[in-house]
Amino acid sequence: MKIYVPLDSAAKALGADNVADALATAAKEAGKDVEIIRTGTRGMLWLEPLVEVETDAGRTGFGPCLPSDAAAIIEGAANHPKALGLVDDLPWMKRQTRLTFQRVGVIDPLDLADYEAHGGLTGLRNAIAMSPADVVQHVTDSGLRGRGGAGFPTGIKWKTVHDAEAPQKYIVCNADEGDSGTFADRMIMEGDPFTLIEGMIIAGLAVGATKGYIYLRSEYPDAINIINQAIAVAEKAGVLGDDVLGSGRAFHLENRVGAGAYVCGEETSLLNSLEGKRGVVRAKPPLPALEGFLGRPTVVNNVISLATVPVIMEKGAQYYADFGLGRSKGTIPLQIAGNVKFGGLFETAFGLPLGEIVNDLAGGTRSGAPVKAVQVGGPLGAYFAPHQFDTPFGYEEFDGAGGLIGHAGLTIFDDSADMLGMARFAMEFCAVESCGKCTPCRIGAVRGVETIDRIAAGDADAIPLLTDLCDTMKDGSLCALGGFTPYPVMSALTLFPDDFAAQKKAAE
Amino acid sequence: MKDFIIPTSMDDITNDRDMGTPASKSLEMVTLTIDGFEVTVPAGTSVMRASNEAGIEVPKLCATDSLEAFGSCRLCVVEIEGRRGTPASCTTPVAEGMVVNTHTDKIKKIRKGVMELYISDHPLDCLTCAANGDCELQDMAGAVGLRDVRYEGTENHFEVRQNGEVNPKYIPKDDSNPYFAYDPAKCIVCSRCVRACEETQGTFALTIEGSGFNSRVSFGAKSDDALHSDCVSCGACVAACPTATLTEKSVIELGTPERSVITTCAYCGVGCSFKAELNGDEVVRMTPWKHGKANRGHSCVKGRFAYGYASHSDRILSPMIRDSIDQPWREVSYEEAIDFTSKKLRDIQAKHGQKSIGGITSSRCTNEETYLVQKMIRAVFGNNNTDTCARVCHSPTGYGLKTTFGTSAGTQDFDSVEDTDVVIVIGANPTDGHPVFASRLRKRLRQGAELIVIDPRRIDLLETPHMGKGHHLPLRPGTNVAILSAISHVIVTEGLHDEAFIRERCDWDEFSEYAAFISDERHSPEAMQLLTGVDAQALREAARAFARGGNGAIYYGLGVTEHSQGSTTVMAIANLAMMTGNIGRRGVGVNPLRGQNNVQGACDMGSFPHELPGYRHVSDDATRDIFEDLWGVTLDAEPGLRIPNMLDAAVDGTFKGIYIQGEDILQSDPDTHHVAAGLAAMDCVIVQDLFLNETANYAHVFLPGSTFLEKDGTFTNAERRINRVREVMKPKNGYADWQVTMLLANAMGANWTYTHPSQIMDEIAATTPGFANVTYEMLEERGSVQWPCNDNAPDGTPIMHIDGFVRGKGQFIITEYIATDERTGPRFPLLLTTGRILSQYNVGAQTRRTDNVVWHDEDLLEIHPQDAENRGIKDGDFVKLASRQGETSLRATITDRVSPGVVYTTFHHPDTQANVITTDFSDWATNCPEYKVTAVQVSQSNGPTDWQKDYNEQAAQSRRILPAAE
Ligand SMILES: Cc1cc2nc3c(=O)[nH]c(=O)nc-3n(C[C@H](O)[C@H](O)[C@H](O)COP(=O)(O)O)c2cc1C
Ligand code: SF4
Ligand code: SF4
Ligand code: SF4
Ligand code: FES
Repeated sequence: MKIYVPLDSAAKALGADNVADALATAAKEAGKDVEIIRTGTRGMLWLEPLVEVETDAGRTGFGPCLPSDAAAIIEGAANHPKALGLVDDLPWMKRQTRLTFQRVGVIDPLDLADYEAHGGLTGLRNAIAMSPADVVQHVTDSGLRGRGGAGFPTGIKWKTVHDAEAPQKYIVCNADEGDSGTFADRMIMEGDPFTLIEGMIIAGLAVGATKGYIYLRSEYPDAINIINQAIAVAEKAGVLGDDVLGSGRAFHLENRVGAGAYVCGEETSLLNSLEGKRGVVRAKPPLPALEGFLGRPTVVNNVISLATVPVIMEKGAQYYADFGLGRSKGTIPLQIAGNVKFGGLFETAFGLPLGEIVNDLAGGTRSGAPVKAVQVGGPLGAYFAPHQFDTPFGYEEFDGAGGLIGHAGLTIFDDSADMLGMARFAMEFCAVESCGKCTPCRIGAVRGVETIDRIAAGDADAIPLLTDLCDTMKDGSLCALGGFTPYPVMSALTLFPDDFAAQKKAAE
Repeated sequence: MKDFIIPTSMDDITNDRDMGTPASKSLEMVTLTIDGFEVTVPAGTSVMRASNEAGIEVPKLCATDSLEAFGSCRLCVVEIEGRRGTPASCTTPVAEGMVVNTHTDKIKKIRKGVMELYISDHPLDCLTCAANGDCELQDMAGAVGLRDVRYEGTENHFEVRQNGEVNPKYIPKDDSNPYFAYDPAKCIVCSRCVRACEETQGTFALTIEGSGFNSRVSFGAKSDDALHSDCVSCGACVAACPTATLTEKSVIELGTPERSVITTCAYCGVGCSFKAELNGDEVVRMTPWKHGKANRGHSCVKGRFAYGYASHSDRILSPMIRDSIDQPWREVSYEEAIDFTSKKLRDIQAKHGQKSIGGITSSRCTNEETYLVQKMIRAVFGNNNTDTCARVCHSPTGYGLKTTFGTSAGTQDFDSVEDTDVVIVIGANPTDGHPVFASRLRKRLRQGAELIVIDPRRIDLLETPHMGKGHHLPLRPGTNVAILSAISHVIVTEGLHDEAFIRERCDWDEFSEYAAFISDERHSPEAMQLLTGVDAQALREAARAFARGGNGAIYYGLGVTEHSQGSTTVMAIANLAMMTGNIGRRGVGVNPLRGQNNVQGACDMGSFPHELPGYRHVSDDATRDIFEDLWGVTLDAEPGLRIPNMLDAAVDGTFKGIYIQGEDILQSDPDTHHVAAGLAAMDCVIVQDLFLNETANYAHVFLPGSTFLEKDGTFTNAERRINRVREVMKPKNGYADWQVTMLLANAMGANWTYTHPSQIMDEIAATTPGFANVTYEMLEERGSVQWPCNDNAPDGTPIMHIDGFVRGKGQFIITEYIATDERTGPRFPLLLTTGRILSQYNVGAQTRRTDNVVWHDEDLLEIHPQDAENRGIKDGDFVKLASRQGETSLRATITDRVSPGVVYTTFHHPDTQANVITTDFSDWATNCPEYKVTAVQVSQSNGPTDWQKDYNEQAAQSRRILPAAE
């Protein structure tokens, strides 16, 4: 009998380890031969720890489990109150298009054979058989865009690096995942690390880089541990090394732990940090693609961007490009958090209207109160009010509505949210996380907090000043930290003017 | 519409405008449109610089053309058609057909917004600020039309107290550096200082500490103030700072300067160009001149700040005479002094013969002055008893390079280092001795060039942050030739030499003979290891790196020349350069680093007893004819006496009078006892100097000298560059040095009528082929020129031997290693070697009279921990340093920079008298003294030695000056 228990840190935080121990004990007591396999998470956070039992029909789920449920699960009580039936038939799972996350929660993350059995390494083998330029073209044709935030076409970035002449090039994976409420990168790294490794190798072969680095945030000890082990397994199996799968081509990979600042997720700041310098943003140009790590041409891609490459190389560019909407092709792993009934990861083709995600998938607020606003794209993302809920989830569509997709994190607030407080928080976040290089952000964020405090204290003159400041920061900042902080601030101010005016009245 | 094609503007020396970003070296041209004007610039130029070329100044604060663009202030944003957003013009390179708008409404609004933020964190005390009128922040606030700051600026860095509480963000002013202040309250965090310290100086003393609003410039974590940090006080950060945050204390005290004069530094052989900035005749500051080709806008602490000696109260401003050295000095008029001197010299000649007097020219004075002194000796004294202190440093260079290549000078310009791939630094400590060159070299090392240091000490260059590969071969002092032979051995036996080059440029048979000699097993690194103390494998790797590394350049200093085998070492270096084909193009060459500002010029100008100007032997009739015709005298065809011979002859009683211009031979020449005895035996010692130097203790006539700020002339630096020295102020002592020499010569019967040094240069040009086309007009126009400059090379010669060696074929010389006679033994088991440090210069006469003493107020003896422990010496102990020659005492500092068995000191302070213990061994070919190796013993001591006490007593006696007669 095979039982699957997540080892994902979110599941662990909810007691998955204790549940696994209890299952082992219960199996022993029941004298049953049970194999407990630790997997990634399926991404249904409200069901964690989600225990899955293999049956002839497929994997049936129980959750959220307590250790006290162990004995019953071993018994195989299908009518247990926590029994969920076949996991794949759960609406949350059924409605998804799992491409990037196809194996997460399914396989043992460090079992390379199981990885291969589930389609792993096919993409890499295909890539080895192609010319580097063809691989780049394939990725371009797939329409894949960077999932780290900026949505820049991955194939075009690769082409720049491919075309650059240099004695050494690098692949750098941005695994700094700093956006509050996001966890897709971590889920991949904990649940299917070989996908990321495979993606990086394909990138290396495509652009002519023989060395890769994963810059992994220090707050993810489990991911660090799993990635390290996975690199060792891949090296041992000849997937990484001087002769990748017998291709005669080299790719070496190293895992580096990040410096712990939000801005270190910005690619140039990340490169500085990787070089051992202060994590300060560099001006572009030069683009990292031409002068990146140690001044060499470097691909910097987000975890999800890279981890999506294997499926593209496995199933074909057109297959991937056929999903999505307009210029937003393929799938996007939505990360739903905040005040919601159902939070977690939901991979789907682009195009779902925002309202469907919030009200349908997430089931509205956990508090039951009406939704007041959704922040999309992490701490630098704009707030959306319910009247904008018909906006389809796509890069251009969100841009048109004055927002951004970012890393596809959505945080939902009910009507108790104080939007002036949220705007102040955005400015404060910027002030705390600012690298301090450019003036609009370094001084502007601090002045922003002060100016919002003036508004709160009833100073009406401070409102146009805040608007001017946001313009200065938006157009003047060197990077998107200072440049995008005006999104949450200005969207809060324009969508919820009462929250700003109310303060004034109170003061009068 | 106007067309701008100004690719040469980077060399337009009349334009001091800050172009924002460095010039691009690309040859490809790109045309774009800026605000409707079409402009063509080299590819890679920034939009900002291109705008400047078109005459449109884009506002900026973090950009300056000495530093790579940084893009932090965001004031320089522009709009570019077809591109999103508002990119910074400093970080955006031009592209063909680009259409740029620098002044749209959107842009204006951003700029005003940014300035409003800046000013919200800046104290508004402009009227009393040291930078008032010289502040880019002020300029930019004006340029963007900022009229109102609407922020309340609660959090700020400039208020000492807020609502009665201490403002935790306020950092008080750091006044610890004697020359500049750091006032964090005014800092706009543009990082120009940090980048200047990294990119220009290469020291990395500054960082930005903290992040976000708390980002502050800091002198590193190691220390809490500027003085105790890694900072070497080069002033690059001060020059780069756009605000009053980093400001010269002299400006704080004296106000902003109103006029300026471009001139040349009088310290080391780099020959940096400076802008002397003044109010009236008071120097307010010296700033490195951006168009100076030796320094490219950089400087070191000496040239930048240590000019205070020129107005030091110790300076002697009137002539003084006395009949004997036990008498006090008597201040007299120039007339009386010159009369007294000329009579005395003529009397000596009458009594002891024409050859009983002579003179010493100075490598500190101008070419024109040196030329005149040797002219006076040859034409007026009527003999060839002229010599120069360049003897004590670089005569082997002249001899060695003339023999092998045909010219007594280095082969490159300093710019050449930008193309060097692998560099050997031997017997030099550039970060201290030639700091501005060191900064340029470090920049190249950071770009990945490979460094090979051959030196007994682990010099600072090896600690360059972020540099490429570094090799250190820590040899025993005195084994230079052995090491170089071993390197050549590896190259020749491993077949790494450049056969094509040798066949084309040198004599193949001669090389074959040399190759047979050097291939002998006794030259192998393994065989040499015992002798040199250098690991054979490390040496092999270094040799291969040099031979294979691309453009290989060799830089050397006094650690090569000041040895009994100095000339041999120079020739071994020349051999190495020839066999690897590293001569005759950019990035390669053999480059002596000259100690003093005008060593090259002093040698060029005929200072040596056997050579007329231009290195032509006095026995050569044709050369003598030229001068005899012009001067109307008959010249002696026999070489005169060298300095040591003059001193010997003085002791023997046949040499009685000497004119010493601008040198302190008692302190700088080896074996102080011998020098003192020679001087004491003379009847008329004339010292012309700024101060009563040590030599003046033995003088009968003291003629006050003028500083480099007070005269016109030229200096020739280590790259053969003739730089103009300009009269920045009138001589405080009444006359420039050349005028005083002329007074004396005329009193002795000459009839010279020079009214300006340019006329002396005209005479030099008329008589000396390498200077044929040099005129002051040309120097005015071009700033400087490198000799040879004549009809064959009308633009001068940045790089020599391009198409072939000056002497025809390069000559390989067999360089047999011969151990110095100076040996260690049981009584003197350690080897002493000497050098200089950054903040002090030479014998220290000038730098000791400035605030530079805060970095070095006494000479220290560096000793390895093991040697110190064996002798019971602790860090900071007073120790006795004794050699076969004499003894002195000084404090010890314990460090593993020196190897066991080696000790090291500087010779900047007269109290130490390091030369009391150096020997009178010297280079076989040129008599250059062997300063760099002396066998010594070090022992515990409790104070100055008897010699130091006697000496100080004599000096005090001798320095008495009678009160001026009523
Ligand atoms: C302040 C800031 C923080 C960022 N943090 C992250 C991050 O944590 N992870 C990430 O992948 N990209 C982050 N980015 C985006 C990166 O700069 C960069 O666009 C991305 O790594 C490129 O990869 P992609 O093209 O695959 O998205 C951040 C950007 C900014 C401005
Ligand atoms: S916007 Fe902020 S984080 Fe980005 S470069 Fe400027 S100061 Fe640094
Ligand atoms: S004076 Fe020179 S060394 Fe010192 S901090 Fe400034 S730039 Fe750096
Ligand atoms: S000290 Fe001057 S140069 Fe340095 S960051 Fe501050 S304002 Fe800029
Ligand atoms: S001058 Fe361009 S950003 Fe400062």
